Amino acid sequence: MPLQRRDLLLAGAGMAVAGAARAQPGPLRLGVLTDMSGPYRDLTGPSSFAGARQAAEEFSAATGMAVEVIVGDHQNRPDIGANIARQWFDRDGVEAVIDLPNSAVALAVSGIAREKNKVVLGSGVGSTVFTGAQCSPNSIQYTYDTYMLAKGTGDAMVRQGADTWYFITADYAFGHALQADTSHFIEAAGGKVLGAARYPFPATTDFSSFLLGAMATKPKVIGLANAGADLVNCIKQAREFGLLRQGVKLAALLMTVVDSISLGLPEAQGLLMTESFYWDLNDRTRAFSERVRGKLQGRVTTASCAGCYGATLHYLKAVKDLGPARARASGLEVVERMKAMPTDDDAFGPGTIRADGRKLTPGYLFQVKSPAESRGPFDVHKLVATTSAEAAARPLAEGGCPFIRS
Amino acid sequence: MDDIFGIPAPLLFGQLLLGLINGAFYAMMSLGLAVIFGLLNIINFTHGAQFMMGAFAAWMLLEWAGLNYWWALILVPIIIGFTGVVMERLMISRLYKLDHLYGLLLTFGLGLIIEGVFRNQFGSSGLPYRIPAELQGAWDLGFMFLPIYRGWVVIAALILCLTTWLLIEKTRLGAYLRAATENAPLVQAFGVNVPRMVTLTYGFGVALAAIGGVLAAPIYSVNPQMGTNLIIVVFAVVVIGGMGSILGSIITGFGLGIVEGLTKVFYPEASATVIFVIMAIVLLARPAGLFGRA
Repeated sequence: MPLQRRDLLLAGAGMAVAGAARAQPGPLRLGVLTDMSGPYRDLTGPSSFAGARQAAEEFSAATGMAVEVIVGDHQNRPDIGANIARQWFDRDGVEAVIDLPNSAVALAVSGIAREKNKVVLGSGVGSTVFTGAQCSPNSIQYTYDTYMLAKGTGDAMVRQGADTWYFITADYAFGHALQADTSHFIEAAGGKVLGAARYPFPATTDFSSFLLGAMATKPKVIGLANAGADLVNCIKQAREFGLLRQGVKLAALLMTVVDSISLGLPEAQGLLMTESFYWDLNDRTRAFSERVRGKLQGRVTTASCAGCYGATLHYLKAVKDLGPARARASGLEVVERMKAMPTDDDAFGPGTIRADGRKLTPGYLFQVKSPAESRGPFDVHKLVATTSAEAAARPLAEGGCPFIRS
Repeated sequence: MDDIFGIPAPLLFGQLLLGLINGAFYAMMSLGLAVIFGLLNIINFTHGAQFMMGAFAAWMLLEWAGLNYWWALILVPIIIGFTGVVMERLMISRLYKLDHLYGLLLTFGLGLIIEGVFRNQFGSSGLPYRIPAELQGAWDLGFMFLPIYRGWVVIAALILCLTTWLLIEKTRLGAYLRAATENAPLVQAFGVNVPRMVTLTYGFGVALAAIGGVLAAPIYSVNPQMGTNLIIVVFAVVVIGGMGSILGSIITGFGLGIVEGLTKVFYPEASATVIFVIMAIVLLARPAGLFGRA
């Protein structure tokens, strides 16, 4: 009988199964699932991959345990992200998925990891739902969430006297949530919200109308509840129309060191924003940035790079503590061990992971330096205020995480 | 303080002026599209990417060659226009005999490829480009601060639009172009090199997009997606004005900028939709557009 195409396919499938079986005792395999080609590429993407690889290399060098890190591009689409995750878990023997910027993708993958008893180390995921209503005992949220951003910026600025706010808000769930969260803290600290302009997302490129409308209410702070290119456009145009010279402060509710560099200091100086990591925060963060620099191809160390590093390192410590065989058998046990062990890494210092999966980390309020203060291309932020790790996270009881109550 | 429809007059005047400024961009962009469609019958979906390339080229000239904004204003349209000429010769010229849809698919695909390449090369978060020193600062008009640069954009756009309109409607070259659109073989029989003229026209349309990009670089984020948001509105402008109508696209561009500005005062949530509502009404009432010939 001549060889038919179906036989070939079967043979191919057989080899794939055999390959997967052989891969079992091989190196511990981790997958960074991130945005390699879309709007969050510069904030996460390659720098997240670099952070995870750095952790794997350092851990392998110290313990001799073989760890392999692969990368996938979810293209900000939950269906694609979920497919890659399934393939990784079922076929490629991946034990943990790392990063997951874009909350929709993160939630989809978190469900799959729970079903397969694997692990999710969220770094780029910002939604508080991830450790709230849709929390999972197999998932960790390591780097930040929108609660921390809102509190770190809203609360800290009102305490410094900037107590009347006007918002310019992207008209979709993310913008509304940022505005609502921040308003809550402003009012709790005794400040006042004068109004808000909701602009159509993503079809808006000119914000001057909204900025002038905001100025008519005479606020002390204009809060920008948006991100990425919209945020950059708002800031450029606010400076162009002389808002900052009239004494108004701009607070970016989701902004990173990458945005400051991208805008350039002459445009960005004076802006305020909250992040949980900055490369020049202390000796340990500087040492970490120096070590990982070779993997970043001339780019700055992002919070996401640091988060993927810290989360991966802590995960590997838990795996070693538990024994690789048991770790492969149950992702749930690894995450429970991660919560039981205190964290300690150069990027974030000592810390803990709470029962709902939230890593407790301080929120730092940064101000963008003026060109005169800056001593190098990455020297862009100065620390203005710190919200302690306990105060920066939403209280455990308020999250509504189902497995906490039970 | 006088109120008009419950809005303080200064705020309203300010928004009208801002609308006019945005309209200047719409007019400039839709002009290039109208020129290309009018003479080549190609719906140039690469226009947004070419606008973006204009902004990036300005940045490259500044960062890599040390050439400032004014040089960019002269050199960028030539460079990007030339890439348009190459594109037309190599690819678009093969599609003239086919249905519109093929040109649309080709230019749309090219736009995606160009954006992808720029995103891979420069990332997605944008590059800094400052307003030139000569145009910094603002005029106090009493009812608002008008940044000098915005005033310059309106003036530059008006000059460009009028020159283009005069070139096509009032000169001998323009007459050749229009004649070639009506009946290419006949014009060729008179000894005019029609394929070359068409190529140069495409290059000219692309150059207009590139100038738009240079003008936009100091006020918008210079990033690979910057053309994508604008291009959808600009297509609506072209449709409302009448496909291929030069004057139509200029007037509609400025007019819709003002309408959009007013919407931002009264109901900001609808400011992106209002143009498409107008487009739907115009298509129902006058399918050829306000200034188009059926």
